[in-house]
Amino acid sequence: MDLINDYRNSELILALAKQIKAEAATLSRPINIMEICGGHTHSIMKFALGELVEGVVNFIHGPGCPVCIMPVSRIDEACELASMQGVIFCTLADMLRVPGSHTSLLKLRGLGHDIRALYTPLDALKIARQNPDKNVIFFAIGFETTTPMSAVIIQKALDEGVKNLYFHINHVTVPAPLRAIMADKNVNIDGFLGPSHVSVIVGSNAYKELALEFKRPIAISGFEPVDVMASVLNLIRQHKRASFEVFNEYKRAVSAQGNVKAKELVAKYMRPCTFEWRGLGEIDDSGLCLKDEYVSIDARRVFALQKEQATKEAKACICGQILRGVSKPPECALFAKACTPNSPVGACMVSSEGACAAYYKYQRRGA
Amino acid sequence: MCLSIPSKVIEIDENNYATVETLGVKRQVTLDLIAEPVSVGDYVLIHVGFAMEKIDTKIALESLELYRQIAEDMESGVIDEREGDMGLASLSDRLSTQKGE
Repeated sequence: MDLINDYRNSELILALAKQIKAEAATLSRPINIMEICGGHTHSIMKFALGELVEGVVNFIHGPGCPVCIMPVSRIDEACELASMQGVIFCTLADMLRVPGSHTSLLKLRGLGHDIRALYTPLDALKIARQNPDKNVIFFAIGFETTTPMSAVIIQKALDEGVKNLYFHINHVTVPAPLRAIMADKNVNIDGFLGPSHVSVIVGSNAYKELALEFKRPIAISGFEPVDVMASVLNLIRQHKRASFEVFNEYKRAVSAQGNVKAKELVAKYMRPCTFEWRGLGEIDDSGLCLKDEYVSIDARRVFALQKEQATKEAKACICGQILRGVSKPPECALFAKACTPNSPVGACMVSSEGACAAYYKYQRRGA
Repeated sequence: MCLSIPSKVIEIDENNYATVETLGVKRQVTLDLIAEPVSVGDYVLIHVGFAMEKIDTKIALESLELYRQIAEDMESGVIDEREGDMGLASLSDRLSTQKGE
């Protein structure tokens, strides 16, 4: 069997699109569906799914891109750490290009600082072992999908007695920004496409409470276009009968409980804490940080960081509104002009998962 | 960053690392996040060097079968909208006993 191409079968995509249009025909206005995850934004743009259901479904791009939601203050912390003597600074690739208030990791690397983009967090451990005379700092980012992976590295480092590896934890959780978005009067969302791989970890049960709280249906969807279309069809049907259940379209990978082992690992090393989201501001218990007993590996506490005056985002950049689902990329004055993937002004253009980058790559019309 | 792709396990070593094949490319991933036993031939989801979860190929096939059925029923005009979620719920119920939910 082919788990990829079967779910990209154009006949199926078109058949589902036709069905979506037929069933949405009785709606008084287009249905607004927020795809939470940047991976879905990418699929929707890449396969032009929005155009297949134009006029009946309006996709609103959500806050689910870990690079895009990173506030300037955290980028500045990363830059400060990466500039220190005797430090090897490791993170995942997209983070390098996000502008801080004065500089970026990429610019610092150009100045000779040892800053490395990893394919896998496992490499941070390898680099620490190979460089015992250096302080290796791993800048950990991501939603619930990648948090357990950081936890595995922490566990391995502690088990193996690796003494020179420190963690700067910037992990965040999905429910918090959704609550902030739903509280915004300017946002009108009829249903949510639930994230694929976050759900693999947290399980489909985790969304039941949110669906009831928001009184909105949630369809946990795989990343492939057939998955997205099937999930959209489900959301339309739920919307029509005013139900707000959690539909698990991605059952091949998402169970009700999720990955229990992964969740236990995270709970062992980390606790919820306040995180400042780009575009949404500070939200209590929306991020994770290391528990107090692991202070000795917490980069934020070991290397006392200078608290700088938070710097304003570039004025014209509407990244924040885009992350809240209030605006779309082409509405930004900078889009595809002063702000492009090669010289991004805002984080939504930096990350390959950001809404602006997806629009730039796949849809330059209206820009 | 999250576009994890289904990959087939072709080898497992004593350190809980698996060699997997993704669209013809082979790579090594750790199985540390998976509690249940993984065997050669299984499909797993890979993300930045970690296997996150096994993929249930039986469910994958059954979902596809359902979507094909929808496409056919549409052609023949017998699609039933009362099946509120394309019949996937009843399928899920049948399968949940196997998934131990």
